[in-house]
Amino acid sequence: MSKILNVHHLEKSYSNGNKKLHVLQDISFDIEEGDTFSIVGPSGSGKTTLLGLCAGLDYPDSGSISLCGTSLEGLSEDGRALLRSRKVGFIFQDFQLLPTLTAIENVAVPLELQGARNAVKRGMELLEKVGLADRFHHYPSQLSGGEQQRVALARAFSNSPAILFADEPTGNLDAETGEKVVKLLFDLNRETGTTLVIVTHDLELAQKTQHILQMKGGRILSNKRTVQ
Amino acid sequence: MKNTSPSDSKVGIDWLLKMAWRDGKASGSKLLLFMASMVLGIAAVVAIQSFGATLKDNIVLQSKSLMGSDFKIDGSGPANERVLQIMDSLGGPQAREINFSSMVAFPKNMTSKLAQVRGVEGAFPLYGTLETSPLSAGSTYQNEGAALVDATLMLQLGVQEGDSIKVGALTLPIAGSLNSAPGSSAIFSSIAPPVLIPYRFLEATGLLQTGSRLDYEYYFKAGPSTDLERLSERLEPILEAQDADLDTHLSTSRRLGRRYENFGKFLNLVAFMALLLGCVGIASAINVYIKEKLRSVAVLKCLGASRKQTFLIYLLQITVLGLMGGIIGTGFGLLLQQLFPLLLKGLLPVEVHLYWSAQAIFTGILLGIFMSVLFALYPLMDTLYVSPLQALRVRDDNPEKSGKAALFVSLGIFVFIFLFSYWLLHDWRYSLAFVGGILATFAILAGVARMFMGAIKRFFPHSFGFCARQSLLNLFRPKNQTITLVLAIGVGSFLISTLYFTKDLLLSQATLENSANSPNIILLDIQTGQKDAVAKTIKDNGLPILDDIAIITMRIQKIGESTVDEIRRDTTSKVNNWILNHEFRVTYRDSLIGSESLAEGKWIGKREGAEMVPISVSDNFAEDAKVAIGDNLTFNVQGVLLETTVASIRTVDWSRMQLNFSVVFPTGVLERAPQFRVLTTKAADATVSAGLQRDLVGQFPNVSILDLRQLLTVLEGLLDKISWIINFMAFFSILTGVIVLIGAVRTSKYQRIKESVLLRTLGAKSGQIIKINALEYLYLGLLGSFAGILLSLIGTQILAWTVFDTSFVPSPVPFLVLLPSIVILVVLVGLLNSRSVISSPPLEVLRKEID
Repeated sequence: MSKILNVHHLEKSYSNGNKKLHVLQDISFDIEEGDTFSIVGPSGSGKTTLLGLCAGLDYPDSGSISLCGTSLEGLSEDGRALLRSRKVGFIFQDFQLLPTLTAIENVAVPLELQGARNAVKRGMELLEKVGLADRFHHYPSQLSGGEQQRVALARAFSNSPAILFADEPTGNLDAETGEKVVKLLFDLNRETGTTLVIVTHDLELAQKTQHILQMKGGRILSNKRTVQ
Repeated sequence: MKNTSPSDSKVGIDWLLKMAWRDGKASGSKLLLFMASMVLGIAAVVAIQSFGATLKDNIVLQSKSLMGSDFKIDGSGPANERVLQIMDSLGGPQAREINFSSMVAFPKNMTSKLAQVRGVEGAFPLYGTLETSPLSAGSTYQNEGAALVDATLMLQLGVQEGDSIKVGALTLPIAGSLNSAPGSSAIFSSIAPPVLIPYRFLEATGLLQTGSRLDYEYYFKAGPSTDLERLSERLEPILEAQDADLDTHLSTSRRLGRRYENFGKFLNLVAFMALLLGCVGIASAINVYIKEKLRSVAVLKCLGASRKQTFLIYLLQITVLGLMGGIIGTGFGLLLQQLFPLLLKGLLPVEVHLYWSAQAIFTGILLGIFMSVLFALYPLMDTLYVSPLQALRVRDDNPEKSGKAALFVSLGIFVFIFLFSYWLLHDWRYSLAFVGGILATFAILAGVARMFMGAIKRFFPHSFGFCARQSLLNLFRPKNQTITLVLAIGVGSFLISTLYFTKDLLLSQATLENSANSPNIILLDIQTGQKDAVAKTIKDNGLPILDDIAIITMRIQKIGESTVDEIRRDTTSKVNNWILNHEFRVTYRDSLIGSESLAEGKWIGKREGAEMVPISVSDNFAEDAKVAIGDNLTFNVQGVLLETTVASIRTVDWSRMQLNFSVVFPTGVLERAPQFRVLTTKAADATVSAGLQRDLVGQFPNVSILDLRQLLTVLEGLLDKISWIINFMAFFSILTGVIVLIGAVRTSKYQRIKESVLLRTLGAKSGQIIKINALEYLYLGLLGSFAGILLSLIGTQILAWTVFDTSFVPSPVPFLVLLPSIVILVVLVGLLNSRSVISSPPLEVLRKEID
């Protein structure tokens, strides 16, 4: 299998006044196409920063990232946006639905950004699949947390991404709703063959992925394959 | 590895429009205020523009009936042979007239009044009509040998049709009242109302004497193929050489149009201020709106939208809203235009038939788009620079904008305001001064707000009670609207109080002279032989003679060695035309008077010996005649040539209500020249003045009496009318200010609600929350309105010192009425918008307001 994400000697730091805060130090790893991969670690270990860098949302100080066969180095902001639009899906901890768009409109956006003609039809199919057939025209504020995350799932899969980044997908949900969302996430992942990268505190959720990258203080502690 | 190019994006304008619409429809109420901010300003501009264009066209359409003819030839004396020849070659005049200002008396009630007497003969008016009551009077007064008297004058003095009027030595019956006549303007009529009499009776009045100020006018109808412009070009120089003048209905309407255009320009600026105030509202509303959208923008970028796409979504939204605002504002402006003829009643030269000006409509719609895009651009730039990373970890700090882009936007705003004011004023210096003034006003008000906040931070009153402290702290809350609110309140207060103070300044200019020991009655046209008798009559009435001024009429014959004719022919000459054509009224005296000061040269009060006559000229005369100290001028004093040299140049304050002169001779030169006198006196009240006028008119019918008090009343009335219109336009600024205020209050509502709910949860009573909110608005209202009024007072006082060379006592109205009214309004608007916070339980509020 070919590598969908290749991270090589990644470094990232932030300046806080005169102090330099090293968030990520010498991070290297690969992810195979179709893999499920989790990044775990305590708060402040650099998980979310790593996710942002891998998705091309931020720029590293040094090191390189190759996403879906494209080097992010030297790629402009808009070039990265286009790459995300075609190959990447996102799930956020706090759902991040566009509050002024209805559920169906939210799901349709990634497809519309690709210029797809059947964006709404495909969006409806996906919403039906996540059990929200009766919520097409509801605004995010009219949906519960679980429902919002299910819309976010439908949106994330709508452009049939090659890789999907999920940042604490159950972090804002109660245990029962969280479980349902995770099941849906893995079902869709299996169905579409998408590579799944999850950032989480939840070790139980991490155990469900094929690889676990454990981080602490901006460094990799371990990168293991789980026993499935 | 391959790199993906952004040009591969398949998203078109339709998706951007779709996204703008989807997002916009869910944010409707927030954007409504943004639109409302500009609607009133645009309405005001469109109404004035459209009405201005309509008025101009109406003047052109009615120009013939305004003048009463196609063209006229006029002069200050009877037409000489050359002029008569020219008139004959034009087919001869169809009507003629001699007019002059004179006292008229009404024997019925022994009253008298200064009037414009017009002796008319022939088919005047050749166009338009004499609007009279009864209707037939306009056509019968000539045959009946009767007079037509201004309708307002008849009403004022209780005179009726059939009563008689005394003009000089002549008494005529009154055929009817005159409502309007071509050639008589409404404004001048209020000072000297028109009285029309048949031409053949003029001689019998005994008022056509040498020295009287008479205008001879000959009216013509042009043939259908006559090119009036060419006729004017051909005859003007020839007639000028004969001390006559040709006016066509076209040039008259142009002149009149320009006069109203100037007033329109001023009103346009007032409306433009409303528009600019609205722009503060736009910038503030969009600033908060975009801040709320930044997280959505970050998410969109995560999902693959480019910087340009996210920017364009909101730019399109703003453009469409600007277009809608422009359309609504324009529609409102066109409706508003219908009110203008009512508002300007008595000031307009023609009856206006309204239509909608295409240019004004176009301007209104374009303004909507331009203003909203331009003023939204700066906050909109945030969408370009927000990082998609914000979708993962929300950072509250503002995205860093490019300094160049920000400068570019600021420059764009400045250039737009400048170009728009230039379009209104057609003068780059005035436009620059206007833009500079606006920038200074805005900068000072924003500076005052910042200083106030800084001062509070530094000297925070820790000893204040909880509510007072909390309300002060609210001024610094995140996303606070303190500066916007102070600007909106301040600019509104500044505008209204400036109108008040300027009116005070103008009136004080007029009343100042009246209050001092200076004359308030001026007696004109006194023949030299009548002087002693007139003086005696004044003294018999118990009044003093304050001035005795000799007046001699003369024209310039030569400037240096060049005759007036040579100068006229010299195309390179920069001498102003009026100098060459004007009949100067000159006096002689041995000292300067209060309104004069010596600017250059040496004042010579008495001519000694036989040297060339040393005269003094006013600075504007020297400038227009291109003469300096030591230059020679030759005057034609009723046929006698008099060589003079400029010995001094005076600065004259023409605005002072006293007799001022361009040319002053020393004593010992003109004493024997044909002259008339002007005497001045001061009457304590209207009764004394009326008594004197009655006595004088009876004995000396040729003497014109100017009662400055009456003149002031007319002036005051006129200023009242004009200031009413300006106030009406300023009202739009105030309304816009209120809308901006509501907008600013609403945009900080979420923050305020969070604080209030927190306070309520911690046990604060409704009364305390109301008090905190009310105090916060009280500070803002007081600060904004006081700063605005003070700024206006300082501005007007500077204007008074520099331009009018005086100081004035400001009206207390802005401080006593305006300030508390604005403060109350601000507090009310603020509290009304916080109602939901106070009247509902905390949780319900949080759910309702935040969802």
